[in-house]
Amino acid sequence: MLSTSIEIAFVLVGAAILLNLYRLLRGPDTTDRVLALDTLGINTIALLVLSGISSASAAFFEVALLLALLGFVGTVALCKFLLRGDIVE
Amino acid sequence: MNPISEALIAVLIIVGGLFVLLGSIGLARLPDIMTRLHGPTKATTLGAGALLLASAIFFSSQNAGHISLHELAIVFFLFLSAPVTAHLIAKAALHRQQAKFCGERLRRDGDGTEDGTANSSRSPRRR
Repeated sequence: MLSTSIEIAFVLVGAAILLNLYRLLRGPDTTDRVLALDTLGINTIALLVLSGISSASAAFFEVALLLALLGFVGTVALCKFLLRGDIVE
Repeated sequence: MNPISEALIAVLIIVGGLFVLLGSIGLARLPDIMTRLHGPTKATTLGAGALLLASAIFFSSQNAGHISLHELAIVFFLFLSAPVTAHLIAKAALHRQQAKFCGERLRRDGDGTEDGTANSSRSPRRR
C-alpha cells in the first residue's frame, strides 16, 4: 500500500513540476517567473521528502531544509531586485 | 510497521501529492498574476506540509522509541516563509504594473501635443 501511494505521489509531483516549468518558460512578466521558481523549490522539497520515504534513509532532511532556506532567500532577493533595482543598498 | 500508521502515511502522501498538483495547476491555468499567487502560496504549502508530516510519522514508526522531528522544522519554516514570499511578490507585481502604466501615460501625453511638458509634469511620479 505504501509503495503504491509513493509511486502515485511521484507521478503527481512530477506533473506539478512540469506545470511549473511551463509557467517558468511562458510567464508573461518577471514576477510570474519568480513565483514559478519559488514553487519549483517547494515542489523539489516535496520530491526529496518522497524519495526519502521510498528509500527509508534519513539523509534527505538536511538537503530539504537547506533547499527551503535557499529558496526563501533567493525569492526575497529577486523581489527586492525587482522592487528597488538593487539588492543591498 | 503498524497497519494503522501505514494507512495514515499512505493517505497523507496521496493528499499531499494532490495538493501540490492542485497548486501547480492553479499556477499554470489562472489568468492573472494576482490570482496565480493563490495556488502556490496556499495549496502547494499545504501539500508539502502533508508530505513532510507523512515523512515524520514514517520515520517515527520506523524505529520505536525515537521520534523524528527534523520534518517539523521544515514545516515550520515553510509555513513561516510562504506569506512573506507572497507579500513580496505581490508588492513587486504591483510596482511593475504601476511603473508600466505611468510609462505609457507619460509617452502618450508627452508626444504630439504642444502642452506635453505640462501634462507630463502633472502625471504621477515614476518610482
